[in-house]
Amino acid sequence: MTEMLGSILLPPGLVLIIGAFLLPLVEGKLRAALVLTLPLLTLALVWLIPDGNHVQIAFLDYSLQPVNSTAEGRLFATIFSIMAFAGGLYALKTATLTELSAAFAYAGSAIGVTFAGDLITLFIFWEMMALGSTMVLWANTAANPKAYKASIRYLLVHLLGGVVLMSGIVAYVFETGSTAFTAMQADSVATWLILAGFLVNAGAPPLSAWIADAYPEASPSGMVFLSAFTTKTAVFVLLVGFAGTEILIYIGLYMVFYGIIYALLENDMRRILAYSIVNQVGFMVTAIGIGSEMALNGAAAHAFAHIIYKALLLMSAGSVLLMTSKRKCTELGGLFQSMPVTAINGIVGALAISAFPFTSGFVTKSLETSAAAYEGLVFVWFMLLAASAGVFLHAGIKFPWFVFFQKDSGMRPPDPAANMRWAMWLFSFLCIAIGVYPQALYSILPYAVDYQPYTVDHLVTQFQLLLFAGFAFFVLLPMMKRTLTISLDFDWFYRRFSKVVGDEFSVKTGKVFDRLEMQVRGGVTGFIQRLHRHHGPQGILARTWPSGAMVLWVAVMLVASLVLYYV
Amino acid sequence: MDNESNKHWLYRKKNLPTLWGIQIAILVLAVLPEFFVHHHPHFEQQGIGIDATWGFFAWYGFLTCTAMVVGAKLLGIFLKRKDTYYDD
Repeated sequence: MTEMLGSILLPPGLVLIIGAFLLPLVEGKLRAALVLTLPLLTLALVWLIPDGNHVQIAFLDYSLQPVNSTAEGRLFATIFSIMAFAGGLYALKTATLTELSAAFAYAGSAIGVTFAGDLITLFIFWEMMALGSTMVLWANTAANPKAYKASIRYLLVHLLGGVVLMSGIVAYVFETGSTAFTAMQADSVATWLILAGFLVNAGAPPLSAWIADAYPEASPSGMVFLSAFTTKTAVFVLLVGFAGTEILIYIGLYMVFYGIIYALLENDMRRILAYSIVNQVGFMVTAIGIGSEMALNGAAAHAFAHIIYKALLLMSAGSVLLMTSKRKCTELGGLFQSMPVTAINGIVGALAISAFPFTSGFVTKSLETSAAAYEGLVFVWFMLLAASAGVFLHAGIKFPWFVFFQKDSGMRPPDPAANMRWAMWLFSFLCIAIGVYPQALYSILPYAVDYQPYTVDHLVTQFQLLLFAGFAFFVLLPMMKRTLTISLDFDWFYRRFSKVVGDEFSVKTGKVFDRLEMQVRGGVTGFIQRLHRHHGPQGILARTWPSGAMVLWVAVMLVASLVLYYV
Repeated sequence: MDNESNKHWLYRKKNLPTLWGIQIAILVLAVLPEFFVHHHPHFEQQGIGIDATWGFFAWYGFLTCTAMVVGAKLLGIFLKRKDTYYDD
């Protein structure tokens, strides 16, 4: 039976990728129907495929395994499919066809990665993801001219990551002779390169800036898609490939605080949320570094919950952008009065990302922090605790406060179209459903869960942590006053420094060229003058010589030969 | 807009003390359980028990957040640029 299934099995991600190419062929209601049914079809396929490796395709000397079903892969593929559905619903009326198709190809490739049993398949889908996501961003160029340059910078970062990853894969296959994608040790150049390639997509330092640089330039629906796949496939591959790699703990902690600090400085509401992606992925990367079963469950569950609440937050922010054409906190405020649905859903997302009790973040993030405690990692635990408070500060309160409350901007835009409201309600429902009934999510995690998030102690301490973090926000509100600024980041090096160096280089090389040109010109002129002197009308070799001189010279030569002959 | 009575009650100046009062009341409610709940230290074996002391999560949350805001403010002095900085 399984063998028979195996012979017709195809990678679930292909449904969305093929679908991406079908979307332009149909119009109107048929297209809408495809947008909504393809993700559900994918989800069904994800769950119909039994565990194990089902398809082997020979490729050169290697075998590709595009349908390798594992518990981790299924978990990520599930949330990716749900995300494609809700994102499609949200995007239905406003997204361009290019964006929709690109988003589906992007989502399908991400699902392709989660079912990749070998590094070559993984790499192919990895690069398709880079192309798909760039197209999502690029598709917004007509509406936002900044999107074009941002998409090119985005592509460059991901192609760089891809090159590093491919070098690693080539070296790894050369060393081990195996293409299988399994747990690895970061102990050779090959595996370090693979790890670095994965980390580029996770938004790890120093290349974290691409997230806040690129994502906010996408359309309202575009950023919802972008927030979900690239960073979370990176979490997936790190989880499978590098669980327990200690350096990830520190990389993750860096990302956690980087996200908070930059989000606190930020004025653009969608850049705040972009920085908070780095922050949240930091929690997952730290947990993967801890590497215990509980920590890995935490990372996987947190990725699942994060995709939902981050998409929800971005749907809310996207609705505000769509209805007001404004993104800056300095220009927003008071919108809860006319956009109650958007505000309520934004607040649910904000509570969930802050791990407020009875929301999804509470039951998933506490797995990670508890794992740090169980492993006796004192420093890590205290840091994660501070970071949890910091999340409430930058995403939990700052985003809703400055967008929906704060000082009244006087704008009274209505809530967005029905499909967008439904998408937000759906994800709000999931945020609370997972929070209230975590067993459903716990039951599909990679390892058995023996953890009860709802103890009196945990509830009390979490409420205290968050409420006093909120208190700090309002006490320090004068220091939080928004300014029309951005913050410098590592991207300064490739956006400014390299340009300055490039300009300087062209000035310097210009001077060298000038000097070289002068020398060459001088040489040529000198040559011509010499030529003129010797061969010109007055030149010694061009003069008409009198025949007397000729006779004299012949006589001299005759004498010379005579002398030579007889002497 | 300038007329106080036209504003939503959240924005009326005279309601500000009430809003602060509500917030303080919530905070007091949050620390009340400290009198009844006994916390278990996470790192007993390492000899660290600070996380089980009275109101630890409240002051730790407040202080770390203050530190992060002040830290961000200080970094901002060096990192902040006009938001048209990269526009050519």
